Parts: sequence; structure tokens; C-alpha cells
Amino acid sequence: MATLAFIVADGIIYASWLLIVAVGMTLVYGVMRVLNVAHGSLYALGAYTAATMVGAWFQRGYAPLGSLALLLAAALVVGLVMGLILELGLLRFLHGRDEVVVVLATYATFLILEDVIQLIWGVEARPAPQPYSLLGTTSVGPLLLNNYDLALIALALLIGGLSWWGLTRTISGKLLLAVIFDREMAEACGINVRRVFLVTFLIGSVLGALGGASTAPMISVSRGLGVDVIVLAFAVVVVGGLGSIPGALLGATVIGLSRAAAVHLLPQAEVFAIYLIMTLVLIVRPYGLLGHERLRKV
Amino acid sequence: MRAPDRTVVALVMAFVVLVAAGFFLPSWAVSLLVVSLARGIVALGLMVQFRSGLVSFGQALFFAVGGYAVGLIALKLRVTDVILLPLVGVAAATLLGVALGFLMRRYREIFFAMLSLGFSMLFYGLLVKTETLGSTDGFNVPTPTVFGLRLSVLATRTLLYDLTVASAVGVALGVHWYLGTILGRLDTALRDNEVRVEYLGYAPARVIHVQYVLGAALAGGAGALTALAVGHIDPSMAYWTTSGELVFVTILSGTGSVIAPFLGSLVFGLIQTFALQYAPSIWQMILGVALLAIILYFPGGLWSALERSRVRA
Amino acid sequence: MTGPPVLEVRRLTKLFDQVVAARDIDVSIATEEIVSIIGANGAGKTTFVNLVTGYAHPSAGSIRFRGQELVGLRPRDITRLGVCRSFQVPQVFSTMSVLDNLLIAYGLADSGRRAGLHPLASRDRVAACEGLLRVYRIEAYRDRPAAVVPQGVRKLLDIAMATAREATLLFLDEPTSGIATEEKFAVMDIVMAALAQRKATVVFIEHDIDIVERYGTRVVAFHEGRILADGPAAGVLGDSRVREHVTGRRRA
Repeated sequence: MATLAFIVADGIIYASWLLIVAVGMTLVYGVMRVLNVAHGSLYALGAYTAATMVGAWFQRGYAPLGSLALLLAAALVVGLVMGLILELGLLRFLHGRDEVVVVLATYATFLILEDVIQLIWGVEARPAPQPYSLLGTTSVGPLLLNNYDLALIALALLIGGLSWWGLTRTISGKLLLAVIFDREMAEACGINVRRVFLVTFLIGSVLGALGGASTAPMISVSRGLGVDVIVLAFAVVVVGGLGSIPGALLGATVIGLSRAAAVHLLPQAEVFAIYLIMTLVLIVRPYGLLGHERLRKV
Repeated sequence: MRAPDRTVVALVMAFVVLVAAGFFLPSWAVSLLVVSLARGIVALGLMVQFRSGLVSFGQALFFAVGGYAVGLIALKLRVTDVILLPLVGVAAATLLGVALGFLMRRYREIFFAMLSLGFSMLFYGLLVKTETLGSTDGFNVPTPTVFGLRLSVLATRTLLYDLTVASAVGVALGVHWYLGTILGRLDTALRDNEVRVEYLGYAPARVIHVQYVLGAALAGGAGALTALAVGHIDPSMAYWTTSGELVFVTILSGTGSVIAPFLGSLVFGLIQTFALQYAPSIWQMILGVALLAIILYFPGGLWSALERSRVRA
Repeated sequence: MTGPPVLEVRRLTKLFDQVVAARDIDVSIATEEIVSIIGANGAGKTTFVNLVTGYAHPSAGSIRFRGQELVGLRPRDITRLGVCRSFQVPQVFSTMSVLDNLLIAYGLADSGRRAGLHPLASRDRVAACEGLLRVYRIEAYRDRPAAVVPQGVRKLLDIAMATAREATLLFLDEPTSGIATEEKFAVMDIVMAALAQRKATVVFIEHDIDIVERYGTRVVAFHEGRILADGPAAGVLGDSRVREHVTGRRRA
């Protein structure tokens, strides 16, 4: 029973983290048909920037709670700056190219950013653990939960809720859905697709950076951070259905819980379990649990 | 009497030159050539798929299967024959390719890339947590033998080099022939219009399956050769970054000729060697910039750039 | 009707969600007939061809080709039986040359189910395809990529590819659409002359009534997924309901 509680708690925390990372990726794919490998770099940049800023914050002895706002600020700055650079400087020129070619272009971007990160921050790890212990703990039955983890869950739910509300209850969200549904038709109806793309990519980038920034206090920020995140986010997005936001929520939950179950019950299957689910879903439902097929007309 | 095929002539000449050069080249150059040619063999398989518009983001799976098959057979069964081992690598990867191909043939575009990635990450997940295979550290592959004889370090190296050169030229000739057959020419046809292929009475999935198995066999053989040449294998052989590197070489090379993947792989190997020596901190940046330049300005890869300059000259 | 039926369609029905694309279609086509299908946009003409050639699966009904049931077969199986088609939007290999397009079509027609490991550009096959390019009068475009040749050439290439196999039953989906009015007859003359040698049964979808009158001995008119009229051209084109729903009153 206790094990089950651990699995559920760990799984939900892990799922929240996955959701924050993956929701931006799936949004960008859904609207722009860009499967962004560099999303992992945005994550890493967010984490490094946050860790550096938090480090400086505590060194100067400012109010500790302010560091939480700093994490959000780091994500916002990194996401907006990098989002602008990548969208206006690269993706715009790849409009209309094969999806797989665009993936390769973002892979190239990822390679470049990997070295940029290393040039800026070097090879040493950047720990920034202070915010993690700021909020105290809560005990629930056999579990002792860190409130920072609970805040992460809240953040994930907030992001999920906001995207749902934004897409289904606002006019700009409906425009976005129109583009996802039929880009040519949307263009014909006078929707400024270029601007929709830019805004979408900025939101996606901020979310990617936020994933990194919010994780920075929980880990030791070090080299190769983005590399693992990319495939994990791929797995979540593919399981849920490429481009589907409810799918990302479902995918994150499924993968989060399965990984937690594997860690507690069969540690050697930790990595295996995640990709087993990914491949099984692709085999049984190629378009993901909540995705749908695109058909060609002759 | 028809004019001799230029590609065939070039490959035969390359074979003679490379084997002869093997006697003079310094050891670092020999290692570079072995690793580059082996990677070229994998890229050749990816090239065939790419001609159909398919990109496998998990080709490292077969590369690693070839390597681990050799390592396991050598370690557990004490089979170390230098001819037999690469064949084992090919056989293992081919069998897996045939089986997975039944699934892969149903997928296109991003879904093909994702499923192949999924399979390779599954294997990676298996390898990193299997202690008997050395987990993340991997293990050393025993030195190969010839007809049961153990040769000197130098002789073994030369032998592996010649074997790799022969394999590379051999598979290049084979794929060159394949690309001229009806089945081989369906690759571009499939990328252009799958519906038409279906309406000409042929199963597009069959073409993809054949290509997939071909790619698997080539990657398996190359993985085996690499494992023997490097003398060590570890799970990073199956990780997605290895697949990314292999796809990188394919795109860099272009699809214009079976020679292209080898040239591309050699260029990649040279940049890698010198960049790691003189500018290790920007090595990936160089790769990234090169890849972007190819995608944006030379969609046909190095090969088409070469052809264009030759036409102009 | 002359001779035994090549194609017998019975109570063919296709529903897309709530939309009826085909409802209780009964039609039977005899050997070497030249049938023209007419109908307004959305009347179900292309759907009918898609159903017969296996691209879409009917909700109900049967399609028999020389007595064999086609429902449930895939396009490639149906093609191999000798039912071939061309497309409203030409389905060609756009980056390959016109000659290579034909070579592939003929290579696949020759090599059957398994083969395919023979050189594509054998001397005989190249010669045969070059001959065909002349029959279709597109030999000037031999080495041009199919994407850059004029629409009329692409349409002819599409039809030439569809006839690579010894087709017993051939569907042409709007063979003259996208072609300038003054060239339509020339194109149809080329196609019909090429097909006359093959002794194939031909079913073509056409909007241009002049073409229908000139080439179709029998006309089938579609309206809202049903067959409105079926018979000799003069009779069908003179039918009041056809004039109302399909050809328009102006031709009365």
C-alpha cells in the first residue's frame, strides 16, 4: 500500500514535469508542424539561466522567496529571446519543407545550442538547490512531500488549464485551432498565419524554458541536460498524439506513472518502460491516444 | 559494347587506391578510414530510405545490435574469427530488421522517424540496465583472429582495414546495382507519389520493407566492423545521438550516388578529428552550422554541390 | 448491350458519416463499351471510380469484375486483375522524368508480383516506352521532370501510365480537365486512338458535353449519389431530369 502511494506521488510529480516540458512541444507541432528537437536546448538554457540567477540572488542575500519569481522570469526571458531568434532567424525560412527536414534543422539548432551553453557556462555543474527547500514539507499518510513538488504539480495543472481555456474559450485560441485543423483554409480566411506561428513558437519556447527553470532547483544543472529531455518529451507527445494538448496531459500521466512504477517495482526497467509504452502506442494507435489520422484525397 | 559505368569504375579504382594506401598511412589515418567507411556503410542504407523520403531516427539500433552481437559471440562463445564475426552482426541485424520491418512498413514521415527512434531507445534502455553486459560502461571486445590464429596488433589492424575497405566497396557496388532495378527505382517514385505506385499494382509497403531490411543489414555489418576496430562497445552506440549523427552524415552526403555517403562520412570524420583536436568546444556547433547550411542552401548535399561545380568547370 | 458484362455493380452504397456519396448504384458494363459518366460536382462520379478501384470501401453492395468480387480488394490487387485508372489530378512521379515515369509503369506491369530485381532501363523497355511517348505525342518532353511539363502532357502521361498494364477495364477520371478547350478534342483523339488498339472497355468521367457526345456511345448520369439516367448518349442527354440537374437547361 505504501509502495502504491509512493508510486502515485512520484508518478504525478514526474508527470507534472513532463507535461510542462511536452505541452510546448506538442503545441508547436500542432500549429506549425515543427517537431522541435531544440526544445531540449530551450529547456537546458532555462535551467542554466535560472540556476545562475538564483545563485546570484542568494549570494547577495535578497529575500529567499523572491527566487521563485526569479525562476519564472528566467523562463520568460530565455523563452522570448530564443523563441524570437529561432522563429524569425530559421523556422520562417523552412516554411513548407518536409516535416522530417524541419526536424533535422531543429536538430542542427540543438547541436549549435549545446556548444553555446557549454561556452557560456563551462563544464562544471551549477547547483541551485535553495528554492527547493523554501516551501517546507507536507506529510500525507506515509508520504513526506516537498511543497516545491506540490507547487510543480499546481504549475502543471495551471498550464494545462490555461492552454485548455486559451484554446477553447478565447478568440485567439480558436484562431489557433483553425490553423491546426486546416492551415490552407485558415490562410484563405485571412488569418495571419505568420503571426500565429510566431506567437505559438514564443509560447512553446517559454514553456520549454519554464520546464528547465522549474527543474533547476531539483537537480544539479550540468552538461547534456537537454539531450535526455528531448526523447522523453518525444515519448510523451507521441503517446498522447502529436499536436494534441489533452494528449500531452494524458501522455505525461501515463509515462509519469509507468516510470514511477518501474522505479519502485523493477528499477532495471526504468528507461525501458518509457519507450516500451511509446512504441506500443505507436504500433496500436499510430496517431497517439488522442490524435487523429490525416487522409489524402485523389 | 556499352560504355563502362562511371560509378563502378570509380569504386574499383577507390578499392585499389585504398588498399595500396593502407600500407603507407599512419595509424590514426587508418583508424579514421575504418570508422568513416563503416559509418558510410550505415549512411548508405539510410540514403536508400531517404530517397523514399523516409528518415530513420533510430538506425543506431541496428548499428548497436551488430556491435553487441559480435561482442557477445566473441565473449561468450569464444568465436573471434574476423570474417565470421561481421557476418554474425549482419545476420542479427537482418533478422531484427525483417521482424520490425513488418511494423515499420506501415509508417511514413514523422511517424516512421518516431517509431524507429522508439525501437532504438528500447534497446538502449535494455542495454544500460543489463549488468551482465556492463550496463552504461559496456565491455571490451576480444581481438579478432584469422583461421584461429592471433596476429600482431599491426597485422590485425591492416586486416580489419582491408576488410572494411572491401565491405564498403562491395556494398556500394551492390546498392548501385539495386538502385538501377525496378524495385530500386521505386524509391523516388514512392516519395513522389505512393498512390500511383499502388495503382500500378505494387505494394508500397513492400518497397519500404526491403529498404528497411537493407538498411538494417548494412548498419549491423558496420556496427560489427566498428566494434572490432574500436575494441569496445557501450550503450551509447544505440542512443539517439548516434542515430542523429548517422542521419547527419546522410543529409550531408546527399542521395545522388552510392559514393556520396562514404565521401560525406569521411568529411565528417576529418572535421571531427581536427575539430576535437583544435577546437573541441565548438565541434558540435560546426556540425550544426554545416547541417543548417546544407538544408538551406544545398538540399542535395555535398554530392550535388560537387556535381554542380563540375558542370560549371 | 453487347457481349457479357465486364463489370457488374449491384446496390453499391457509400456513406461518409451522414453524407450519402453513393446510394443503390446498379450498373453493368459490357466488353469494349465506351461509357461516359456525367454529373455535377459532388454527384458521386469520382467516388464511384474510387469504390470500384478499391481506394474507398463501400458501405454496402457488390462490384463484380468478370464475375469476381472486387469489394474488399486493395487498389493494387484490382489493378493486377486488369482494372486500371487515370486521375482527375494527374498522379505522376513529379521529380522523375517523363520517360522514367513510363518505365516504372511498364517495369511494374512486366515484373508481376515478386520480381522487380531486374534492371529498369533495359533496352527493350526503353524502346517500348519511347514508342508509347510517340503514340501519345509527348516525346518532346522525354527527359523533363513530370512536375514542369504542361498540364496536358501530364494528363496524357497519367493516362499512358494507367494503360501500361493490359487493362481490360479502364477508368479515366476527367481526362480533359485542366486542358484548354481548343485542345480537348486533340487530346481525346490521341487517347482514344491509343486505346482502340488495346480493345479495352473504357469508362470516362467528363464535364464537356461535346466530348461526351462525340466519344461516348453510352452515357450514365449521376445525381446526388444515384444514377439518374443510363443509356445511349442521345437519349440520356435529352432526358429532362438530366437537363435539369446535370447539363443545365441552356443546352435544351
